[in-house]
Amino acid sequence: MADPEAGARAYDIVVGLEVHCELRTVTKLFCGCRNAFGDEPNTNVCPVCLGLPGSLPVLNRQAVEYAMAVGLALSCEVRPSLFHRKNYFYPDMPKDYQVSQYDEPINVDGHLDLPDGSVVGIERAHMEEDTGKSSHVGGGGGRIHGADHSLVDYNRAGVPLVEIVSRPDIRSSAQAVDYVRELRAILVTTGASDGKMEEGSLRVDANVSVRPAGSDTLGTRCEIKNLNSLRSLGRAIDHEAARQWDLLDTGERIVQETRHWNEDLGRTVAGRSKEEAYDYRYFPEPDLVPLAPDDAWRDRVRAAIPMLPAARRARLCQAAGVDAALAGTVVELDLDTLVLAAISAKADGRRAVNRAVNEVAADIDAARRLDPAAFTKLLLLEDQGKLTATQAKQVLAELLTAGGDPVDIAAARGFEALGDDALAGAVDAAIASNPAEWERFKGGDAKVTGFFVGLVMRASGGKADGKAVTALLRERAAAG
Amino acid sequence: MPDRITTADVAHVAQLARLDLTEAELERLVVDLGAVLDHAAGVAALDTAGVPPTAHPLPLQNVLRPDEVRPSLDRDEVLAMAPQAEDNRFRVPSILGDGP
Ligand SMILES: [Zn+2]
Repeated sequence: MADPEAGARAYDIVVGLEVHCELRTVTKLFCGCRNAFGDEPNTNVCPVCLGLPGSLPVLNRQAVEYAMAVGLALSCEVRPSLFHRKNYFYPDMPKDYQVSQYDEPINVDGHLDLPDGSVVGIERAHMEEDTGKSSHVGGGGGRIHGADHSLVDYNRAGVPLVEIVSRPDIRSSAQAVDYVRELRAILVTTGASDGKMEEGSLRVDANVSVRPAGSDTLGTRCEIKNLNSLRSLGRAIDHEAARQWDLLDTGERIVQETRHWNEDLGRTVAGRSKEEAYDYRYFPEPDLVPLAPDDAWRDRVRAAIPMLPAARRARLCQAAGVDAALAGTVVELDLDTLVLAAISAKADGRRAVNRAVNEVAADIDAARRLDPAAFTKLLLLEDQGKLTATQAKQVLAELLTAGGDPVDIAAARGFEALGDDALAGAVDAAIASNPAEWERFKGGDAKVTGFFVGLVMRASGGKADGKAVTALLRERAAAG
Repeated sequence: MPDRITTADVAHVAQLARLDLTEAELERLVVDLGAVLDHAAGVAALDTAGVPPTAHPLPLQNVLRPDEVRPSLDRDEVLAMAPQAEDNRFRVPSILGDGP
């Protein structure tokens, strides 16, 4: 393998992603069979999804609305569309064709804005049906090669998919991971997907090529399949790019082919079947009429889309005065509503964000039950200096596990921050009994600050607020 | 009139459709499919400038159904139709290659 550093200087990586998203409908795309993951094999099948002669498909309205919502959320143009038959023989497709949208897809020409400010173009987001699921018996560990025979479950055959095809605008594995993460958040927000990559709800294929640094022509690409986690996606792109760099470095040719990511081996492996080109003989599906959403329908779908992650991040950045990365973490944790409720009740924005990200997020299940009013009240107690940071964290922990009123919890634990007079007394006592250290403090030696804060803390039994102590010390020093 | 379709074309299409044809059948289909293509060529010769492409012969669009569950088939009945079944699944010969 070539030195990746050397390679990184010599070549640019070019990636386009195809993401298959299973839509979260109750039933399949063209029949009333249940769309459910993990059911007993072949229990959700009927004449339509088994391709029995004479059966007729009827399009699922909800699947169309999810597809439109995905397109609108990606700033696509939603257009009149057609379904085609893609013909091929493979046991996971009992009809011997897959119904898909070919040259007239429902969504075209959109874009996805990533948190880092980069923009990835969306070529299309079209509807199609999923295939069944094969498992391979005999041979090496469930793999297709060398298998004795295969077993097929058609529960997934006919499940609605939206395939989102990006333009080749992605330039690194990290950006590809960001793209899928952001796309997943959008798909979940629209309600179209449950976002579960581990259950195959979201499946990613990556088209990877390399080219000399600075060049703007596209190199020969390989399509990597079987990327079912963000980790696999990132690793596969890096390894595939390195493999292609190696070939170019040694003057070899890159063959356009499909490769499979093998997570155990940590590398891509050539697929065999692409050696012969497919001839899918697409033609319009005669059993389905055109789909042409009018403006009113499109507007209804658009109006029902909740606020998207990018808008939620921007809203939180502005309200809390935190940077985009921190706001992104809060939104990803789905804690922005909680934080915004506290801010609108005049709690300090940064403190609200920090408590949410550090303490609340530590128990995300409990966070879903956390009463926003109690969270707000706690933050205000801390803002007003009535609880120290340490005390506030303990009260918050109890709020998360048991609920209740922060004032009652603080009282029950004997928490009360030191009153102003008592605090001043403790600070003055510490100064009076340590004249040498006090001279150093006055002389600007910041290292003794901790010494004085520690003394006051000990004297107050931990009830003093560290920041208030420091402020008082500075005040005394300034006064001479 | 030039040959619209060759024996090799028919053999290719037969292979795509997984049809095992004899030499005699191939030759007969070259003639039959040629006649179909002649007909299509006649249509293609018409002046269609200014005529929008027809997506579907029916004057219908947006035929949809509500997202409601309808009964599926009984599994035993379904698997009984299969040449072979195993472990509640359709059993098929070993698949070479990785699919499209
Ligand atoms: Zn069905």
